[in-house]
Parts: sequence; structure tokens; C-alpha cells
Amino acid sequence: MLNFELLIPELTLAATALVVILLDLVVKSKWWLAALSIAGIVVSAGFAIAMWGGDAQSIFNNMLAVDKFAIFFKLLFLVIAALVILASTDYVSKLKRFQGEYYALVLISALGMMLMAATTELISIYIALELTSISLYILVGFLKDPKSTEASLKYLLLGAVASAVLLFGMALIFGFTGQTQLGDIAATIQSMSLSGVLANPGLIVGIVLLIAGFGFKIAAVPFHMWVPDVYEGAPTPITAYLSVGSKAAGFAIILRVFFSAFGLPDWLSLDWGLVFAILAAVGMTVGNIIALTQSNIKRMLGYSSIAQAGYLMVGLATVGLATASDVAGQSGLLFFLASYTLTNLGAFTAIIAISGRVDSDMIKDYAGMGRRAPMLALALTLCLISLIGMPPAAGFMAKFYIFSGAVQQGLLWLVIVAVINSVISAYYYLRVVKVMWLGSPASATKVPSSVALRVALALSCLGVLIMGIVPGFVMKLAEMAAKLFVS
Amino acid sequence: MDFNWLTTIIFLPALGALLIAFVPKLSARGVRWLAAVFTFIPLALSLYLFSIFDRSAEMTGVMQFEESVSWIPSIGANYHLGVDGLSLPLMILMAFLGFLVVLISWKIDLRPREYFAWLLLLETSILGVFCSLDLLLFFLFWEIEVIPMYFLISIWGTGRKEYSAIKYVIYTLFGSAFMLAGILSLYFTTGSLNMVEIAQGGLGMVQTAMPATAIFFLLLVGFAVKLPVFPLHSWLPDAHTDAPTAVSVVLAGALLKMGGYGMIRVCVSIFPGVAQEHALGLIILAVISVLYGAAVTLRQTDLKRLIAYSSISHMGYVLLGVFALGQVSMTGAALQMFSHGVITGLLFAMAGLVMHNAGERNLNKLGGLARQMPIIVVVFSVAGVASLGLPTTSGFAAEFMIFVGSFSSGVVPGIQVATILGVLGIVITAGYILWMLQRVFYGPPLKQFDKARDASILDRVYMFAFIAVIMGVGIYPAVLTDIIKMGIAPVVGLLGG
Repeated sequence: MLNFELLIPELTLAATALVVILLDLVVKSKWWLAALSIAGIVVSAGFAIAMWGGDAQSIFNNMLAVDKFAIFFKLLFLVIAALVILASTDYVSKLKRFQGEYYALVLISALGMMLMAATTELISIYIALELTSISLYILVGFLKDPKSTEASLKYLLLGAVASAVLLFGMALIFGFTGQTQLGDIAATIQSMSLSGVLANPGLIVGIVLLIAGFGFKIAAVPFHMWVPDVYEGAPTPITAYLSVGSKAAGFAIILRVFFSAFGLPDWLSLDWGLVFAILAAVGMTVGNIIALTQSNIKRMLGYSSIAQAGYLMVGLATVGLATASDVAGQSGLLFFLASYTLTNLGAFTAIIAISGRVDSDMIKDYAGMGRRAPMLALALTLCLISLIGMPPAAGFMAKFYIFSGAVQQGLLWLVIVAVINSVISAYYYLRVVKVMWLGSPASATKVPSSVALRVALALSCLGVLIMGIVPGFVMKLAEMAAKLFVS
Repeated sequence: MDFNWLTTIIFLPALGALLIAFVPKLSARGVRWLAAVFTFIPLALSLYLFSIFDRSAEMTGVMQFEESVSWIPSIGANYHLGVDGLSLPLMILMAFLGFLVVLISWKIDLRPREYFAWLLLLETSILGVFCSLDLLLFFLFWEIEVIPMYFLISIWGTGRKEYSAIKYVIYTLFGSAFMLAGILSLYFTTGSLNMVEIAQGGLGMVQTAMPATAIFFLLLVGFAVKLPVFPLHSWLPDAHTDAPTAVSVVLAGALLKMGGYGMIRVCVSIFPGVAQEHALGLIILAVISVLYGAAVTLRQTDLKRLIAYSSISHMGYVLLGVFALGQVSMTGAALQMFSHGVITGLLFAMAGLVMHNAGERNLNKLGGLARQMPIIVVVFSVAGVASLGLPTTSGFAAEFMIFVGSFSSGVVPGIQVATILGVLGIVITAGYILWMLQRVFYGPPLKQFDKARDASILDRVYMFAFIAVIMGVGIYPAVLTDIIKMGIAPVVGLLGG
């Protein structure tokens, strides 16, 4: 049984990408490309939503899973892709060539992310990961100026090393279990004795290498070195894309692999749970402290995303320490990802709108935006407040939810580290707010923004507010998606 | 009682803020009137609630005007509001100050739209804190307040305003970070976010061995930063001094009370045993706050800074009253919160008026203003003597209850010594208040202030309102203590005293 109909959302997206490239050859007005991409995403999302009610199934000989967890992430990636495309139209229209390829690559990498969320087998995990990464390497270098090219090259080289590490880890795990299916790996590990595993530490080394490989994707310290340069050099919409899409995909795959394959026995999951707890504490502290000194807003958000990955790993640690039937960690993580996604996309959209007009990414050039572009400044303020984790924005609920799961697993120390980190982060996020509302504007001219940008910004801010004030619905979805692992 | 009184009262200012911020082409005059209307209605409504509040004995410790709607089912959070004898006076206090500060800020002409929008949002968040009965909702309102404060101080303040604003934010967030950890621990150990339910269930609801003492102190840090308690007070003088007048009034008048309120509502109600065990240490901190605050106040030469420091000392009495853990002392502490809110509100308003009309705030350069400002001198003096606790003012009633209550409270050994030391603070208070009045208003008239004006008609309106409340509560404190007792009684019941 191949069950191709379960793959319709992905197929739709792939077809859209191809049509966009072809259409690029014939149409003069490039707006059609963006419109078509969005339409393809909406159709794909429609199919994905229609599948939500169905039972969890496996296709292609257990290579891909179609379950609520995967669908939750597919929808998240589709939302991300749609908002990134909306935010890109302005930016891309300045490019002389390859506009079609730009949109197509965004769609293809979204396709890769969707597959990442669904894979349940080591080799297909690797393929999905590379599909995402290679499209992103190209997109990062799309501007072809020195900074962008340097960013792309750095990303490619470090990404290749990370992929090699990952592949090596997979090889070790395959070597010691003889399986590539996550479920089969879990069964094999449970049949091993503790002393047997300790006598042949190769399996443990494999798991550690997997953490390192995936850690690169989610920008966990100490695998974060690429982040600031790549974020600064890449086209801003792609920076936004990297900061949420690639990160969310990384977390999706980590959750899937570690919970499905290494969730039991308890001594194993406690171990990686603690590893993630320590990575979380280090990540958020390093990210926040370095962010304090940044003067470029894209670099600042780069370090901020490292810190946010730290908060997210609190959820991973919770998953590791919790019993298999307790989904507080997973659902907290999913909710946090959704909240972080909308927030960061909103922030980057506002930055695209502002920086595109003042032609600078320096925080000091944002002076007086409160008067030159009140709505943009208000939206950016809301998103920054959400990143701090203050109400009425989504970040507040996300932190409350993810930390409440952690406290239940006895991670109070980690939660205290995290909340103190939020205080540190308030300082640099509010610095941007201060410059925008208190600084005197360099000129009195208003900062106009395109309709597409405004739509993208309004949608993200609306989402941020809704998830901050009435988060019940999204939390319910996150819980349903998280329950996959239990059954 | 189907009408959602509390929701209406809390969110009317926020609605006003939205209108002010987003209705296009609003004149500065329109903004002011909108702000006045959207703060006056909550005041009127809260006074109406005060009049229909059920004072019968069987309603002791029962929440009134309750509203409860399921809010986030996944974590069992409810949109749960209600007031009892403890929170109602504080809610009225905020509604009262909320309206008067609009009058006080009538002359603001720098970016008035933003100013009044933030001011109204601030009112909503503080009202929300006093009415929330769900810990998450409480914490949400508690945190929202920071953002308007940040903007109000940093844009419309004076002096080192940006420094003071960020200092305020960092201190508050630091305190609330611990509070969040405390709330999460409480949620985890009891499985509930309902404050009333947790307090009534006692520690019997606690399911695991997470030490109650740790949770108590995590929560206490958040409240102690706000009150503030020595040594967490250093944000206060800066924030008060550099804030615009109206914001100082709200800050000293209502915001600090969130700390005292939280201590009674959360710390003592939920952890009576732990509170009793550690009361002595907190009382020592209270005495240090009283004496240190008063001593530092004596040395101030800046009018606003002086009043700011005096708050530390007066809030020390609140801490003393709360952790003396007696019925009378806690009632006195709650009354002191209300009374200090009104008195210090008036002091800041008067200081703002003097600064505005004389253009000077340094006590060494001021002098002889009684001639130019005959009305202000009288009102300022009334506020001053109320602050030092002269009989017939609310300050006397509150502080007297705290001292009598603490002295006779048998819960904490050695409290008599602490009380006596605390009373010494009154003497210092008398010193700095009278000395301040003397330096500002008396002595030979100075030439440079010849043109200084007295209070305008509008100023006289809010002056009268403040004084009416101060004297009213001072002469007949039972108007408030009767209902405060209803809120305090169940807490004292938990302590078995």
C-alpha cells in the first residue's frame, strides 16, 4: 500500500514550486509568483487540516508517519512559508533575476521541513534534512553581495560538517541496533541490558553525535557559531525563515527521534533529558549575555534566537525526565514553538519594513520610529514584549506553559535560571523599544510599507495577541498533537 | 447579581485607552475628556459596589461580585474575579487615584494621546491585580503593569528618566521572575490556580514534598520588591523622583500596595504556618525599613525624593502589621495601605504643584512660598500631618491600629521590642515632614518666587477630594475597617489566633 493520498499536502507544495519556476519564464509581473505560491500553500494547508481528524498512519513502509504531531508541524511550516513569502515580496522585487527561483526554493525548503516532521526512519530523516538545508544554503546567498555570499559559504561549510556528524551518529546507532526504523531501534534498545550498553558505548556516542547534529539546526550552544554571521548576511526574510522554520523543524525531528527511539528505558531518557537541561541553561545564558552588546538588530535577534532555543530545550529536558504518558513537555514545546514562530516572524517583518526604508540594520537608526511609523513600531514593540515573555503577548503564555511542565519534573532550578534570563533579555529587547519611542527621529518623513508587509505583520501580531490572551485553542491543538507519542 | 461589575470596572479604562490611541484626529482636549470619563465611571461604579457590598457576618471571608469563566482549560486557569473586604478598599483606592491623576495631568501637552493611553492601561492592570482570584490572571495583570510604567517614566519623566525607568523594569521583572517560579511550584503542588481554593484547602492540598518554605520565599521576593522591603528598595527613590507627578501618585498610591496585598492574599493566606515560622525575620526587616527609610528621608534635599523615601518607611509599617499576624495588626496594615495611598498621593500631587508653579524642587533653594501659595501650604500641611499620623487623619487610625495590634499580638515572640522601635519611626517622620514644610513654605519670601502662582480651580477640586477622604477615614475609620475585618478574619483564622 503506497497511500499516496496521505502525501497530498506535500505533493501540492512540490507541484506549486515547479509551476512557480515555469511561470517565472512567461509572466512579466512577478506578483503572480508570490500569489501563486500563497495559493499553493493555502491549498496544501487545506488538505493538511482535512487530515487532522484521521487516525495516525504510516506510509512507505513506515518511513513517514501521518499523525497529528506531523500535521501540527506541517501547518506551522505552511504558516511560516506563507508569512515569509508575504514579507518577501517587497524585498524580492528589488532583485533583477531569479525571483521565481526564490519563491520556489522557499516552497521546497518548506516541503523538506514538512517531511522532517513526518519521518520516522533514519535515512529519510537525513534526506528531508538535506532537502531543507540545501535550499536554505542557496537562499542565504541570494543577494550575491560579499556579506551574503560569506554567510552562505559559512552556513554551507558548517552545515556540511553538522550533517557529517549527524550521519556518523546515525551510522553508529544503526551499527549497534541493526535498525533504521525509530520504532525498531526503540525495541532493540529495550531488549539490551544496561551493562551491555555500557560495555559498548558506541550507542551512547551515536546519541551524543545526533544531539550535536541536530543542535546545529536549532542553534543550541555550543553549536551556534554560525548564527550571528548568517543571520546578518542573509536576506532579512530568509533570516526570519531560518530563525523559525529551520529551528522548528529541528525541534520536531529531535522530539520525534528522541522520544520514539530513545524514550525508554528510563535510565536512557533521564540521561538525554539532563543533557538537554544543561544545554538549555547554557544556551539561554550565553545567547542573552552576548545579545546585550549587539548594535545590529539582525545580529541581536540572532543571539536572541539562540536564547529562545534554550527556553525551548527546557521542554526537551522535561520530555526526557517525564514518564512516557505525561505529555506536558511535548505540548509545552509545541505551544512555545507556535508562539515563538509568530512572534519572531512579526518582529522580522517589522524589521524588513523599517530597515528597507532607512537602509540600515543598526538599532540606533531606528530612533524615532514611534513617530515616523507608529504602527510598525507598535507591532515591533508587541513582538519584542512577547520575546521577553510579558503579557498580553503569546510569549508570556508560552513560558508559563513550558515552565509549568518543567517544574512538575523537578526542574525548578532550570526554571529559575530561565526566568532570570528573561530579566536579562528584557534589557536588550527594551533597548530597541526605547530607541524607537524615545529617540529623536533622523528625519520627519514617514516610513511607508507595502500592503503585503502590512498583511503579514497584522496576521502575526493578531496571532501573538490571540495566543497571549485566549491561548486555549492552540494549547488544545498542541496537546492533541503531543498525544501521538502516548498511543 | 448578573451584571459583570468587576469586568466593567477593570476594562473601562483599557477601552478608553484603545479609543484614545486609535480614534483618528482626536484633539488633546478630546483626549483629556475621554480619559476623565473612562476613569470617572469606574470610580462611580466601585463606590456603588462599596455601597451594596454585603457586610453581614455570614459573608465574612466570602468573595463578592464573583465572576468565573473557564479561560484556558488545558491548565485549569479561569477568568476568575471577585473582591472581599481586603481587596475592595484597594480597588476603590485605585479607581479614586485613577480619576484624580487624570485631573492632575490635565496640563500635560507632550504627546498627550500616548500619555493618557498608557495611564489608563496602567489603571486597568492595577485594578486587575486587586480583583483577580486566579493566580495566572493575577500574574498576568501584575506583569502588564510594567510596560505602561516604563513608557510613562521614560518619556514624560524628568532627570535621569531612562535610567530610572529601566531600573524599575529590571527590578520588577526580577521580583516577578521569582514569583513566577513560586506560582508554578504552587500550581504543581496543589494542581490548582484558584487562590481562594488553595487558601481554604490549606497545605492539605499539597501533594508532594516540595518544601513550602521555598515556595513561600519565591513568592515573597516578588511582593517584597514591590512593597518595597529593605534591601530591595533601591528602585523606588529613582522611579518616584523621575516619574511625572501623576505617575508618582499612582506608583506610591496604588502600585506599592500590590506588594502588601499579595503578601496577605497569597503568602500569609496560603502559607500561614511558614509565615508564622519566619515572621520574626520579616518583622526585623520591617523595622529596618521603617528606621532606615526614615533616617534617609531626613537627609534628602529634593522634594520628590524626600517623599519617595518616606514611602519606604511607611511601607515598613505595612510589613510590620502583616507579619505581626494579629487580627488588629493586619487590619491596620490594610488600612495603612489605603491611607498611605491617599496621603502620599496628595503629597506627590502637592510636590508636583510646587515644582510646577515655582519651577524649583531643591529644598535648599525653596523658601517662603506660604505667601504666594496660601492654599497649597494649607493642603500640603494637612497631607504632611496626616503622613506623620496626627489624630483625625487616616494616617493616625492606621498606624495606631498597627502599633496596638502588633504590640498585643501574641503570635511572634519579641514583637513588643520591634513595635517600640517602629514607633520611633513616627518621631523621625514628624521631624522630616515638619522640616520639609518649613523649608518650602516658611522663612523670608524669596524674590525669585514672586510670580509663583497658587492652585488653580482644577487643582482645588482634587485637593478637596483627597482631603475629604483623609479626614473622613480618619474621623470614622470603621467605614473601611468594618469591611477590611471581613477580609482579614479568615486569614487570622488560619493562624489560629
